[in-house]
Amino acid sequence: MSSASKQNTLVIEDLHVSVEGKEILKGVNVEIPKGEVHALMGPNGAGKSTLAYALMGHPKYRITEGKVSFHGKNLLDLSIDKRAREGVFLAFQYPKEIPGLKVFHFLKNAYIARFGIDEGSFSSMDFFKKVKAKTELLKMKEDFITRYLNEGFSGGEKKRMEILQLSLLKPEIAILDEPDSGLDIDAVRIVAGGVNSLRGPDIGVLLITHYQRILNYIKPDVVHILMNGRIVQSGGPDLAEHLDNVGYEFAGAEV
Amino acid sequence: MPDTEYRYGFHDPENYVYRAKPGLSHDVVSEISWLKKEPEWMSKVRHKALDYFLKKQLPEWGPFLGNIPFDEIYYYIKPSERQEQNWKDVPEDIRNTFDKLGIPEAEKKYLAGVGAQYESEVVYHSLKEEWTKQGVVFLDMDGGLREYPELIKEYFGSIVPYTDNKFSALNTAVWSGGSFVYIPEGVEVAIPLQAYFRINAKNMGQFERTLIIAEKGSRVHYIEGCTAPVYSTDSLHSAVVEIIVKEGARVTYSTVQNWSKNVYNLVTKRSIVFKDGIMEWVDGNLGSGVSMKYPGAILKERGARAEILSVAMASAGQQQDVGSKVIHMASDTSSSIVSKSISKDGGRSSFRGLVKVVSGLSGVKASVRCDALIMDDTSRSDTYPYLDINSPEVEVGHEATVTKIGEEKLFYLMSRGISEIDAAKMIVSGFIEPVVKRLPMEFAVEMNRLIDLEIEGSVG
Repeated sequence: MSSASKQNTLVIEDLHVSVEGKEILKGVNVEIPKGEVHALMGPNGAGKSTLAYALMGHPKYRITEGKVSFHGKNLLDLSIDKRAREGVFLAFQYPKEIPGLKVFHFLKNAYIARFGIDEGSFSSMDFFKKVKAKTELLKMKEDFITRYLNEGFSGGEKKRMEILQLSLLKPEIAILDEPDSGLDIDAVRIVAGGVNSLRGPDIGVLLITHYQRILNYIKPDVVHILMNGRIVQSGGPDLAEHLDNVGYEFAGAEV
Repeated sequence: MPDTEYRYGFHDPENYVYRAKPGLSHDVVSEISWLKKEPEWMSKVRHKALDYFLKKQLPEWGPFLGNIPFDEIYYYIKPSERQEQNWKDVPEDIRNTFDKLGIPEAEKKYLAGVGAQYESEVVYHSLKEEWTKQGVVFLDMDGGLREYPELIKEYFGSIVPYTDNKFSALNTAVWSGGSFVYIPEGVEVAIPLQAYFRINAKNMGQFERTLIIAEKGSRVHYIEGCTAPVYSTDSLHSAVVEIIVKEGARVTYSTVQNWSKNVYNLVTKRSIVFKDGIMEWVDGNLGSGVSMKYPGAILKERGARAEILSVAMASAGQQQDVGSKVIHMASDTSSSIVSKSISKDGGRSSFRGLVKVVSGLSGVKASVRCDALIMDDTSRSDTYPYLDINSPEVEVGHEATVTKIGEEKLFYLMSRGISEIDAAKMIVSGFIEPVVKRLPMEFAVEMNRLIDLEIEGSVG
């Protein structure tokens, strides 16, 4: 690939990440171009979430080696909020509850920050309509936007809240950390439908999942298998199915 | 040295304006009393209170008060002999100060009556005509004493006697200004009564005295707010507020306190609540160097209820020692205390909550909840709950939480593109939301804005 086309690719090179002095990622290499959906699979403790947090810039995840570039910049030099404004988004496996912070107020501020909108020219009413349309799509309850952010939300509501943010903030690279965990099949369909509606040439997706199930609804272009802090195998969608049949241990043994 | 002449142009001989010498003595008290042309009984109370103040030691608990320069404080300043009724007649300098506080604008929308305290005296007072017709009285305390001496004599010091504590004694000795509010039976005052306070002279103390009497079935919301400029020398604010909530009446008293950080804010606020009456204190403490304030309610008769909501923010060099006191003296009374404190940049906040239930009661409910948010490792928060329950059939709930502003929460919000400062502001304003939402709209906005400014000063 030429360096010009890599502008629109998230390039992770030889990434080493430690948490509290313990090395979790031991040299990860992945390239996710816009327009593609990459599934990252692996057993518990492989380092899947660590990769997600490290890419977004969580202070507890220390980068000891490597580089992550996007738009010709080293993402690792940017603060968390600047990464988000660069178009990187993380849908959390366990979204945080923020007591007292109204969902609408939060969404509005995130939207303004993400797109660098001048508050004076921002129409809350138009934004409200936009949010409402999306909440209907995600089958969220009416009172949703007047509630406090994730406070007292059920697991399914929290996941939908993440997808709602995803669709409002229109990232160029979306990292989805186990968006299906803890969901029943109907909720998985809704979440997957939300993600699928965003697919297209303008977004690259890194979909982290432990199970193959969600991949029945969100078809990946590429599947990577992460074990013990390294990508041990990459391939097409059939790799996920294969994995589902043989299990991670066997996949690991193949390396 | 501060200007000894009055600066606003009322110093012609007929409008002689007095400014007391610094320091406190029986002479000063006599002069205050004489200048105010008070009844004999009030003068006597002042002198007795002064004796008590002089012999009473500083409290041995709570923040250190040994640096208050009692001898350098001016105990009485009278800015004007006039009581202004129209905004236009308020001297320009004073108007400018209020302009900066946004009062004229706010008045149009929200204020039906204004008691704006400037230096030690209320200079501006307006009261909607229909209230006058309803019999509602909203005067500065001096005016109240002139016009309603019998009422004041009956209630003054009945809830907070000068013997209550050293600072209630001080206030009783030198009080000036404050509000006198009387709501007749069955009258509901729809729009909050507001008073803005401002310390504006070097070394000047403010000792306002407020008395609110809500007759049977009446309803009123009184709002007190203060902002103050920063001075280099210490300043003392020591108010006393007494509220009488009669049968079935409901009084809400809201405060946003934002004194400059060199001010000692030592305030005694208490109410007595009769049958089925409701007292609500909503208290926001942002400013002052040292605050000691524990709004209280004495639930005197069956069915009386008290709700006390408070927010305190302690920044660098600040000690917010706040809390609540509720005394259940009758069966079927209930109380709820919710306190939120934020400590940052080495600030210290303490919560003291006293719930006392006397013996022989039944059907009493009390709940205390206090949450502390600590923004960094140099700040501190302490909780001192005192439950003194002497009846067996009492439902008491007590819950206290201390949280640090979570890295995780900041990370979550920042991952959406929100800057660290804005993320911190959102977490903090969310934290205090349960209390702030109880404030009237414009007050809630002001409160959030003040807290935002504080956070801007310390994050990033």
